[in-house]
Amino acid sequence: MSAPDHARPGPAALRSVLHGAMRWETGLAVLVVAIVIFGASTSSQFLTSGNIFNMEVTSGEIAIMALPMTLIIISGEIDLSVASILGMSSALLGLLWARHWPMLAIFVVVALLGLAAGLVNGLLVTRLGLPSLAVTIGTLALYRGIALIILGSNTISSFPAAYTSIGVTAVPHTDIPWSVAIFVVLAVIFGVVLHATPTGRSVYAMGAGTEAALFAGIRVKRVKTLLFMTSGLVCALAGVLWTFRLATAVQNNGIGAELNVVAIVLLGGVSIFGGKGSIGGVVLAVVALAGLQGALLLTNFNQEAIGIVIGGLLLVSVFVPNAAPVLARARAFLRAGSPTSEVSHD
Amino acid sequence: MPGNPEDAPAGQAAPVPPAGLTGPVPPPAAQATPLLSLRHAAKSFGAVHAVVDGSADLYPGEAHALLGENGAGKSTMVKMLAGVYPPDEGELLIGGAPVTLHSPAAARDAGIAVIYQEPTLFPDLTVAENIFTGRQPLRGARRIDGKLMRGQAAALFERLGVRLDPGRICRGLPIADQQIVEIAKALSLDARVIVMDEPTAALSAAEVARLFEVVRALRAGGAAVLFISHRLEEVFEICQRVTVMRDGRHVFTSELAGLTADDLVRAMVGRQVAQRAAGGRHEPGAEVLRVERLTREGVFTDVSLRVRAGEIVVLAGLVGSGRSEVARAIFGIDRYDAGMVTLASKPLKKASPAAAMAAGVGYVPEDRRQQGLVMEMSVQQNMALASLSRLRTAGLIRSAAERAFAADWAQRLRLKYGRLTDPVSRLSGGNQQKVVLAKWLGRQPSLLIVDEPTRGIDIATKAEVHTLLGQLASDGVAILMISSELPEVLQNGDRILVMREGRLTAEYPHAEATEEKIMAAATGQTEGQAA
Amino acid sequence: MSATVTARREPSGPPAKVSSRRLTERVFRIREFGIIAVLVVFVAVTAAIQPRFIGSQEIGFILSNTTVFALLALGETMVVISRNVDLSIGSVLGLSAYLSASLFGAHHGIPIPLVFLAGLGIGLACGIGNGLMVSIGKVPSLVVTLATLYIIRGVDILIVGGNEVVAQTLPNAFIQIPKANVLGVPYLAIAVAAVIGAGAYYLRSFRSGRDLYAIGSNPEAARLAGIPVGRRVFTAFAVSGAIAGVAGVLWAAQYQTIDSTAGTGYELQVIAAVVVGGVAIFGGSGSAVGAAIGALLLNTINSALYVLGISPFWDQAIAGFLLLVAIALDRLISVRLAAALRRRSSGVGT
Repeated sequence: MSAPDHARPGPAALRSVLHGAMRWETGLAVLVVAIVIFGASTSSQFLTSGNIFNMEVTSGEIAIMALPMTLIIISGEIDLSVASILGMSSALLGLLWARHWPMLAIFVVVALLGLAAGLVNGLLVTRLGLPSLAVTIGTLALYRGIALIILGSNTISSFPAAYTSIGVTAVPHTDIPWSVAIFVVLAVIFGVVLHATPTGRSVYAMGAGTEAALFAGIRVKRVKTLLFMTSGLVCALAGVLWTFRLATAVQNNGIGAELNVVAIVLLGGVSIFGGKGSIGGVVLAVVALAGLQGALLLTNFNQEAIGIVIGGLLLVSVFVPNAAPVLARARAFLRAGSPTSEVSHD
Repeated sequence: MPGNPEDAPAGQAAPVPPAGLTGPVPPPAAQATPLLSLRHAAKSFGAVHAVVDGSADLYPGEAHALLGENGAGKSTMVKMLAGVYPPDEGELLIGGAPVTLHSPAAARDAGIAVIYQEPTLFPDLTVAENIFTGRQPLRGARRIDGKLMRGQAAALFERLGVRLDPGRICRGLPIADQQIVEIAKALSLDARVIVMDEPTAALSAAEVARLFEVVRALRAGGAAVLFISHRLEEVFEICQRVTVMRDGRHVFTSELAGLTADDLVRAMVGRQVAQRAAGGRHEPGAEVLRVERLTREGVFTDVSLRVRAGEIVVLAGLVGSGRSEVARAIFGIDRYDAGMVTLASKPLKKASPAAAMAAGVGYVPEDRRQQGLVMEMSVQQNMALASLSRLRTAGLIRSAAERAFAADWAQRLRLKYGRLTDPVSRLSGGNQQKVVLAKWLGRQPSLLIVDEPTRGIDIATKAEVHTLLGQLASDGVAILMISSELPEVLQNGDRILVMREGRLTAEYPHAEATEEKIMAAATGQTEGQAA
Repeated sequence: MSATVTARREPSGPPAKVSSRRLTERVFRIREFGIIAVLVVFVAVTAAIQPRFIGSQEIGFILSNTTVFALLALGETMVVISRNVDLSIGSVLGLSAYLSASLFGAHHGIPIPLVFLAGLGIGLACGIGNGLMVSIGKVPSLVVTLATLYIIRGVDILIVGGNEVVAQTLPNAFIQIPKANVLGVPYLAIAVAAVIGAGAYYLRSFRSGRDLYAIGSNPEAARLAGIPVGRRVFTAFAVSGAIAGVAGVLWAAQYQTIDSTAGTGYELQVIAAVVVGGVAIFGGSGSAVGAAIGALLLNTINSALYVLGISPFWDQAIAGFLLLVAIALDRLISVRLAAALRRRSSGVGT
């Protein structure tokens, strides 16, 4: 190394560090700014924050679930049961409310259910060593099934207005709706944990180098189980919020949302292989997508087709970092029909 | 650079072959052209000169041993033959004609097959399918003829003189059988040169006998077998000729008849290594680590040792003798079945690295890239990975403290790097090892276990690491070192323990230890005293 | 496979080569036909309680419900065996169903085979897109096919708008395709079973099929062995897409009302069926036949619950539970199998 022996602290080093770490996030931020400018110039209503979290794709609940999902994917696993835990908790909420339980007690029970669901996921993955992709496809069905068993085909909609207006009522003395506030608070908590605590650092280590993490004394199994349990708890919360927002508890609440959650996390720059990503990126992705949806609404574009934009962005997010080697391989593929043989070095 | 003045830097002393043997032995009159010939090959990786002047000639029908201690350059020679990398200098001749191998596939086409210690088979496919991957025999309409394939596989096994069921899947096959499958594959590809890299390390006596029958069958078919091994009794049993390397150079080639094990050992190690002057460190202090009759079934048996504060105890032995497994069991990464580990008179909880770390143990693992470092993380983050709980306030990591910690250790260890925030993968091997060391030294351990601390590191950094370890010992740290490099063992060890096949076979205090004694104990010659 | 370094040890008795082969086969029969056993037990128990369960009407119902899923399972199996995943099949099915069925309305009298060809073409185009991105881009298939899941569904939504295809626009001959049966067994089910059998045969008996297993079993070794990994993976995705396209046309014939939600959520159900049927999620082993039986089993549970009068709400939970049991069992078996086979070191002492 011909570089100087000591790290030079100061603005130059700092800037290049930031640049290196935040490349994808920078792109997202630019996208957000562009969308906001476009939207605000087209309609004065664009910036009402109430809009953002009422969108189909980026409802506040999906945004919230994306937070623990970020940590899980960075740690090298995945949790596809999130929407089913949401549905299960919504069903339980409806059932208990119909039986006239006090709301506070219901919250406690639902929270415990979420924790238990996450614990099951965590134990199957860490103790039995099963792949999380397969396990959570199984628990996706199992928990959705439990939601079905709990509530059957009933629909409970008799919730008091104080709760069901959570999407629109603001936190006292502010303009911010409760759902937004909850997301912001959780984002801050998860961001701090991931980026500034030893546990968060160990999550990165597990994803980037499982063996090295073990050899550094990190309790991989324990942390992963806790991540799944946290996800379960947050999804239970999401289930409650979803139910209140729709003012309805029904077993298919949230069905199919798990892929939306994964998509948002991937769009936030988190690598599916683990070890890389940030909460900031995921928050930006949420904002960007919500903004996009809002902007599309204004242009009369069939907003259900926003999927095309999400899919396109996903592809961009994985291809752009890989651009140069991809072009070389494309040339080789089209020429010879098989990959060039590589000399492997140890 | 401070260091012991008596050390002769490795590679500078001229290799001293046993009296009466100089240079390559002329080939038997009947065969003038070797099947394969590597002449004056050289290969370097950055600052590390793995092979400086390597040569080997292989004739049809012979089994030829390639001997040398760790670091002599054997595995690099093998990789050059396998087409993994081309030699920087020198030439490769096949059947007398010069050839450049650009890839493993090219080596295969040239008729060279390498059987590595860890075969790579397809666990979910059958034995026959593994042998004929991509070349399965066909019957009508281009369908695979499974029966014919199994029959051909059985015929190959017949030629080798073994019985293995071609129809079973490879998952769960013992290593011995996996090797046989690889050899059968090589045979089916008409390999003329078959290189076996430490094939007997994981085999039982019966499996070794079977392998030797296979080698004889290969020889009878006109192939040449290059046999790399540390087990001298096996070399004498199965090989006709031997090539010895040392420090990347060819020492001699000769017929084995008429040579003794001592001749070979002396050729492998016979450098003038000046012994470190006795003394220079104060008396060791209280006992820090005590291991009593540690056993893990099939891996190591009845291992007992003690390390005191300020002492460097070196575990010497061949690759595969179980030393790393013992160390991992002490640190808690692996389990053990019987025995006890005590740290500073308190029993240490089994199978818990966290408990070991809390008790003051640090562990620098063998595999730097997979176990010692998280390659994608920065220098700073890697250094801090084991000390995060000490660098935090109210649960949050103090980044200024982390930076200062890393900068401090980078300076103390004279680390060469660009920025502390660079990914650690950008550093050279030697500097990466310093980062691993910093990670553990930052915890101020009372016992530091280092496994192959200078493997794959340039000479200058090697010396720095050794000095550092000596300094630590002077400061009262107990050090358990595992090393396969004899000069390192002799230079650093206050006491040297030798392991062989899972057991401790010898112990030498520094003053009594010599390379020959250690090598003999490691390979099973009857010199030396048991612990 | 990792090498455990062992000290010299003597084998504990005469070699057990032949019985280790039998052990392997026994275990594999447990897995491969185990799922058939579960199916048989399930059907038997249900039939004992409610004999009309094995009446031809019921059987026909189950079979026709399973047809589309079993077909999708064939394509997904090929992809999963090579250690990949195709999440876009539900969207492809939906797009193909709508576009092909709306051909009837737009072109009266269009021959039915042409419509099938159109569906196949649509699916093939999507599959080729997936295949190119995965094999050239070296990008994880989970991400790529998640993206195409969104994109294709979005395109579908744009094209469909608020419309839907209704039964009246479809010619009778078309609608009869899933209904025609012999002794209660739909011809379609027989045809699909034949296709699946052919697919499984191809995977087992042709070099390119075995290559997929090799790629899933040890991708690095496959590359080193000279297998054209890129080409094989590309083909697997192209075929999976084409199959989903055809499945879309069949879906249209079966359900006759097609809007933009057709096929939503099918991908995870198919993957579940495939895993229950014995295909390892990380590739290398399993068969298309097993996967199809997995799909059949999951559908049978649904019908059985209905017939037994148990609330159908238990269906999902049971399916999920089964999947968990299947993967846990697979893991246990492979761990035990590996240990048992290691103990009986075969071929020694000849």
